Amino acid sequence: MGNAEHPEEQEGPVTSDQLRLIGTPFRRVDGRAKVTGQTRFADDLSFPRMVHMKLVRSTVPHAKIVGIDTKKASEIRGVVGFLTGESMPDPFGILPVSQDEHALCIDKVRFVGDPVLAVAALTEDQAHEAALAVEVEYEPLETIATIEEAISTPEPRIHDYGDEGNLHKKLSMEFGDVDEGFDEADQIFEDILYFEGNTHLPLEQHATVALTEETDRVTVYSSTQTPHYLHRSLAKVLGLPAARIRVIACPNGGAFGGKSDPFNHEICAAKMALTLGRPVKICLTREEVFYCHRGRHPVLMKIRTGVKKDGTLTAQHLQTALDGGAYGSYGVASTYYTGALQTVTYELPKYRFESIRAFTNKPPCGPKRGHGTPQPRFAFEVHLDKIAHELAIDPAQLRLQQLVAADSVTSNWLKVGSMGLGQCIEAVVAGSGWNQRHGKLPEGRGLGLACGSYLSGAGLPIYWNHMPQSGVQLQLDRSGGVALFCGETEIGQGSDSVIAAITAEILGIDLHDIRLCVADTDLTPVDLGSYSSRVTLMAGNAAIQAAERARTLVARGAAEKLDVPARELVFAEGRVFHGENPDHGMTFQEAVVEAESRFGTLGTTGSYTPPRSPGRYRGAGVGPSPAYSYSAAVVEAEVDPATGIYRIEHVWMAHDVGKCINPALVMGQIEGSVYMGLGEAMMEEQVFRRLPKKRSGALVHKHPSMLEYKSPTFADMPPVTSYIIEDPDPNGPFGAKEVGQGPLLPMMPAVANAIFDAVGVRVDQVPIAPHMIRQAIEARERGKPGRFGPKSFPEIEFGVPLRVPTPAEGGDGKATNVDDAGVRAGTGTMTERKDAVKGEN
Amino acid sequence: MSEERTTRAFQVNGEDHHVSFSVHHSLLEVLREELGLTGTKHGCELGECGTCTVLIDGKPILSCLELAAECEGRQIETVEGMMQGNELHPLQDCFADLGAAQCGYCTPGILLAAQALLAENPSPTRDQIVSALSGNLCRCTGYHKILEAIEWAAARMRGDEKYRPPESAIYGDPVEVEKASDG
Ligand code: FES
Ligand code: FES
Repeated sequence: MGNAEHPEEQEGPVTSDQLRLIGTPFRRVDGRAKVTGQTRFADDLSFPRMVHMKLVRSTVPHAKIVGIDTKKASEIRGVVGFLTGESMPDPFGILPVSQDEHALCIDKVRFVGDPVLAVAALTEDQAHEAALAVEVEYEPLETIATIEEAISTPEPRIHDYGDEGNLHKKLSMEFGDVDEGFDEADQIFEDILYFEGNTHLPLEQHATVALTEETDRVTVYSSTQTPHYLHRSLAKVLGLPAARIRVIACPNGGAFGGKSDPFNHEICAAKMALTLGRPVKICLTREEVFYCHRGRHPVLMKIRTGVKKDGTLTAQHLQTALDGGAYGSYGVASTYYTGALQTVTYELPKYRFESIRAFTNKPPCGPKRGHGTPQPRFAFEVHLDKIAHELAIDPAQLRLQQLVAADSVTSNWLKVGSMGLGQCIEAVVAGSGWNQRHGKLPEGRGLGLACGSYLSGAGLPIYWNHMPQSGVQLQLDRSGGVALFCGETEIGQGSDSVIAAITAEILGIDLHDIRLCVADTDLTPVDLGSYSSRVTLMAGNAAIQAAERARTLVARGAAEKLDVPARELVFAEGRVFHGENPDHGMTFQEAVVEAESRFGTLGTTGSYTPPRSPGRYRGAGVGPSPAYSYSAAVVEAEVDPATGIYRIEHVWMAHDVGKCINPALVMGQIEGSVYMGLGEAMMEEQVFRRLPKKRSGALVHKHPSMLEYKSPTFADMPPVTSYIIEDPDPNGPFGAKEVGQGPLLPMMPAVANAIFDAVGVRVDQVPIAPHMIRQAIEARERGKPGRFGPKSFPEIEFGVPLRVPTPAEGGDGKATNVDDAGVRAGTGTMTERKDAVKGEN
Repeated sequence: MSEERTTRAFQVNGEDHHVSFSVHHSLLEVLREELGLTGTKHGCELGECGTCTVLIDGKPILSCLELAAECEGRQIETVEGMMQGNELHPLQDCFADLGAAQCGYCTPGILLAAQALLAENPSPTRDQIVSALSGNLCRCTGYHKILEAIEWAAARMRGDEKYRPPESAIYGDPVEVEKASDG
């Protein structure tokens, strides 16, 4: 691409294999700010004349709003304004296909906690008092509490859209001839399992501060993982051009998926600021954070697998039923995710997947770490453990003998690149002494093994477009400093450090000579957000492109002065020098001066768009990723058969991260995932109960407080032995894949499998409480199966599946029965299906 | 809700303050809203998470449960007071180096609880650290990096400059080779 007008596109130096920074445990760039209290979270901001806002939330689960009376509230001292739903009639929602939320409810409320009104006052106390004084009159509607009730109660509908009645989504797809696959099996195994819902519980309560600079310009600081999507929702609901709205995502105090929807309080704060002309702040209470939710969907699963005598899987039929709560959120994508990644670990030649997502009158579910995949992964890995036991095959061996091959395409058309699961299994098997100990420990002690895989970023954006999914812009000047602009959001995972380190590595400069400006929709190039473990791979690749272009510019400036071809220059240790004669060179700063003198003001950009995925059927949009991470775990449990009380004694976790950008940060993600997975396996649950009739009969959150929502403490955390496996993926920056979510996946099934090894009973649901183990033991003592778990899966008419021949069957990635398939199998992640199809041709 | 205000004198990070605030406000609110010391965080404001921990007269307390009006004459330490000049306190240094602060939201409270522990017991065992911190939740780290950072800082504060956290805490454990099929 020799183009004199684009010197950054010309031939420049190449990145050496000898990395100086990448792969080392450098201190994260925000490390000092985080330990000194200098990091500014959203609630730490305040501005002159700032007022405080509170939301009045529904106290009933499903009702028409008959009237709102603010008379008493408006008499409270300090109250400056109210907002109701009428002032923001346009609906919003994270997915284009489920724009089903309003900033404030207009006609009806759908769960206890649904916001009805916003009030602002001079102090937080006054706003709180005013919110309590607002009177809302409701006309109750029938409450739908469970998946079963949603199926059996099509009317009244919680929403007036969706596939039928109170089923938001219903889908059915078949990859290959599954009946033929079952015919080839020697035995068919079937299990029904349940994964209870749970929530993210970030320590930081969501907060937003909005302020106006002009009558039609508003700035919104927020604890959000997805400033770009919030930006779009604000533009839609406020009716302002996007260019007049600035969203700045503050560093998040933990998020885990819980801050990736645009939220009512964010839109209301912006609207209130535009109404009052003064800064508005809202910080949710912990109770409200439980109502915002968007956490793990409760999922009931039925899994049937055909298996040959030697353990080879011939076909699988998976059915999942998701309890979605009251709104769409990411739910359509979540529904697909409960099936999409079943194929990327072990060869699954034929696969049928059917699913429903129900609307219920509970806080909306959405994406939590692992988004939709931990539930079916739990089902699959427990199911495999049972298969191994039944066939007397070692569970590790059963998995190792049928790993998906690297560089292959799965039966549902996902392209797998590097695949280090075999190494992961071998590492935890060796480390835990699995071969000597599994099945051989004394009663009460057991080992369980399980695996998992996750995306390094979703292949498609949430709304269809042809633009990059991540962008980085660099600005260099004679100071020798480099300013890095990127829309990515730091949620604690270390993404700022990743993009800064990649840039520093390529330019051969000190990490501290890079200045970051991130997550600001006015100033930074778009990055879609910190979700689906996409930032290291996508923003990382964009940073590589921007930094390589900058290096080429600087090299071409230095080359002339040094009289060495630009491509022979090396950038390292803050210098630019001739690779063959390191003494012949200059400082990086001097080189920048040369380049700035020659080319004028220096700046480059880099973009990243994931490769096209081979799937061409409706629904193929969920599941593809540029690279898949892999993990394997062995868990050791000590169970008291007399009480069912159990402890996790040790965890061995191996994770294939492709390549470590920073091993200390990778370890932090592994240990954090182990921790969160243990919480889900052992105690965390977001559950509801009906109040007695005389107390309104409402369906309420059982424990919207941190004390009662149990999560592991320091004292609950077992020792963890972690293995970092590096099987570089050609699509990853320096080969890197994700680590933020993957290592959570094996934990829940590994715990269940360890309990089986310890006491010989199965608990086919999580979280696993001691009484469940006891009941399973008691059942066994009565001569019944030693099992605790769901007994049946509801009868659902899924209709004709979308039939997609597999690669092995000579398919082309398209469905063969688009017209007669009974499903509306759109992925729900694109605005314009027509546009999407056009894009594919 | 009462709008009555009161004025109290106390020391924060060694400096005298006379602060006027609503009589029912917690120390957490007064630190953050009246004194602008936003380094102290909150996760529940109900005494359930430990995030708001500060030291009063050297003892860790939950500032969300402490009435500021009752702090008259007491010495309060917050994360903003930990640095020594422009240098990080060893606890801060080790937390930053090990990645014991991920989102960093639990960090100020945990640093102060750890500082109080080390003041009392310069060589705590792992179990003693765990029990001193068992009221502080962290959702990001899985706790291990925090424990390792405290042990490292304790060693440095005892003058043991050679102590290093185990390599495995940073690089993971070395992978042994043994095939599952051998068993
Ligand atoms: S804020 Fe949670 S204990 Fe004080
Ligand atoms: S580092 Fe995020 S909560 Fe502890």
